[in-house]
Amino acid sequence: MSKKSYREAIREAIAGEMRRDPRVIVIGEDVSGGTGAPGEQDAWGGPLGVTKGLYPEFGAERVLDTPISEGAFIGAAAGAAATGLRPVAELMFVDFMGVCFDQIFNQAAKFRYMFGGKAVTPLVIRTMYGAGFRAASQHSQCLYPLFTHIPGLKVVLPSSPYEAKGLLIQAIRDDDPVIFFEHKVMYDDTADVPDESYTIPFGEANITREGKDATIVAFGRMVNFANQAADDLKREGVSATVIDPRTTSPLDTETILDSVSETGRLVVVDEAHPRCSMAADIARLVAEEAFGDLKAPIKTVTAPHTPVPFSAALEDIYVPSPARIRDAVLTIARGRA
Amino acid sequence: MSDIQPIVMPKWGLAMEEGALTSWLVASGAEIEKGQEIAEIETSKLANVFESPASGTLRRLVAKEGAVLPVGALLAVLAPMSVSDADIDSFVAGFVVEGPADGAAAGAPVERKLERSGRTLVFKGAGLQNSATPVVLIHGFGGDSDNWLFNIDELAKSRPVYAIDLPGHGKSGKTLATGDLSELAQAVADLIDETGAPKVHLVGHSLGGAVAFQILRDHPERVASVAGIAPVGFDDRVNAEFVEGFIAAQKRKDVKTALQLLLSDPELVSSQMIEGVLRFKRIEGAKEALRAIADRNLPSGRQTASFRDLVQENRVPVMIVWGGRDAILSPAAVDGLPGSVEVVRLENAGHMPHLEAAGAVNSKLAGFFEAADRQ
Repeated sequence: MSKKSYREAIREAIAGEMRRDPRVIVIGEDVSGGTGAPGEQDAWGGPLGVTKGLYPEFGAERVLDTPISEGAFIGAAAGAAATGLRPVAELMFVDFMGVCFDQIFNQAAKFRYMFGGKAVTPLVIRTMYGAGFRAASQHSQCLYPLFTHIPGLKVVLPSSPYEAKGLLIQAIRDDDPVIFFEHKVMYDDTADVPDESYTIPFGEANITREGKDATIVAFGRMVNFANQAADDLKREGVSATVIDPRTTSPLDTETILDSVSETGRLVVVDEAHPRCSMAADIARLVAEEAFGDLKAPIKTVTAPHTPVPFSAALEDIYVPSPARIRDAVLTIARGRA
Repeated sequence: MSDIQPIVMPKWGLAMEEGALTSWLVASGAEIEKGQEIAEIETSKLANVFESPASGTLRRLVAKEGAVLPVGALLAVLAPMSVSDADIDSFVAGFVVEGPADGAAAGAPVERKLERSGRTLVFKGAGLQNSATPVVLIHGFGGDSDNWLFNIDELAKSRPVYAIDLPGHGKSGKTLATGDLSELAQAVADLIDETGAPKVHLVGHSLGGAVAFQILRDHPERVASVAGIAPVGFDDRVNAEFVEGFIAAQKRKDVKTALQLLLSDPELVSSQMIEGVLRFKRIEGAKEALRAIADRNLPSGRQTASFRDLVQENRVPVMIVWGGRDAILSPAAVDGLPGSVEVVRLENAGHMPHLEAAGAVNSKLAGFFEAADRQ
């Protein structure tokens, strides 16, 4: 056990699985970098250096640099998964996924169903999401609700280095297509991460704070903000439970509903836009299944329904903050019984 | 001023930086005893009762209920009635929280890794500069060195303390040859070699108690005394619901159900304790290690080891501590032990008296070691 960054945890998961299973390959833009230019292999290791070091160990047959052609290499990865490999594709920014929706939504996600359960598609697509990187509206979105919407895809949002390693190993061993969302401002976050291999099952939420006055459900980077808010609230005499569902599909509805039945108050924190979001989805779940448990209206804390601003000042206001989460909890927890 | 004693926020474990004073269990003006439960404190990892580190008249409750305070912050003041309120006021006003740097310099717990007999062993050490006979703490089935977080610092005040992660557990290697007691005892013997001391005091909880007695059997020359806390090896039954439930549990709820059997107050099982167990069980090889150890030592609700004959031999001082509400191993196991064995029964504790009644266990252990050192 030692302190490792989110980046190192992800790299360790991929390298460990590549050693364990020769069918695991890595494919994407710049995952090695400089291929074809003598002496420059492994120059990049992905846009933020996550896959650096894989090329020297596993070689060009298992670490495939591709042209800038997302539709082509995601399609190739889906086909490779359907025919016996276990590809870990890297699609730099989730914002570029639009050009491969057919390959993902209409092919990879449907194979198991269309072939009567006889086909498996062990495909992982790693992708960066999220604002706060000063990368403007075309490189900062949180598109996980789009993928959550599609049956046949599993959607993972690791909230810490520990979570990233265990969830990615689980994703690589999973026989269904998994979209693995890495928040781009978290790569240098560090935490205790075991050196050994371990898996975290999908569809089982983590409870990162325990309290009795409110339930905060948060995703990905927002889990850390929700923890900060819960710690601040504790100083003000309000105790909140924080739930990290870990995966939006499958979703651990039981843990959320059980907690709301204890606290009677719900705040959902989602860095995505508010419409058709995880915030809307969880609010729907609780309104439908646990209305009788609620002592106050459900609150959501999300980004606004606008593109991510390039202005640093505006981007800072755009992203949900621990202060906004705290205020949302206080709004419904004040005058509590 | 020397009559004034501060009671400060304790440090429970390496990671604790602050704690919330949930409630006071005593009122200002009360006469309190060392070891008396005086407050409830909650950290991000656990909630527990806080036992007073000293005796005296409680003159001032400084910390308010609900306050979140750093480790070392002033919670309350003990002083005889002869000390004036004004002196207490100035003591409170002038109190300075000692920074963590002071603790680190003076033997705060460190974590170390050993490669011995083909195994990776991880242990925590505290007070290692002390030259007194060391104590080695051995956790039970499914536990790790963090089970001793209420004991390590206190015991380290008078001697070096080593707390091992047994093979298959915690951060130690998960690969086992057989998982039998001799294998676990050999790992502890490797750690005893590492202490450099000719003999050590052994403290073993539950299955770790059986490991301690196995070391006494295999390497009597290395053992100064043995203290068993609800030890395996003195009865033939074990609660299979716990053993099998703990091994099978994959989800939070099932882990919680199993852990609640360990404590007399099930409310003490926190979310972080559950996640800690899950983190251990997710590691490749951990479940297989638990299965092997259970099959060898605790199969189908039975205990395979017996040390009743061994303690009859009266080789070294032996103490047995048991919680009166133990739901895993029956405290009736101590019936019929020879008079040379010191038996301590803590009526309100469950299977984890070193956690549930830490103050009482710590002072019993400290006195027991001192007496054994004189022999």
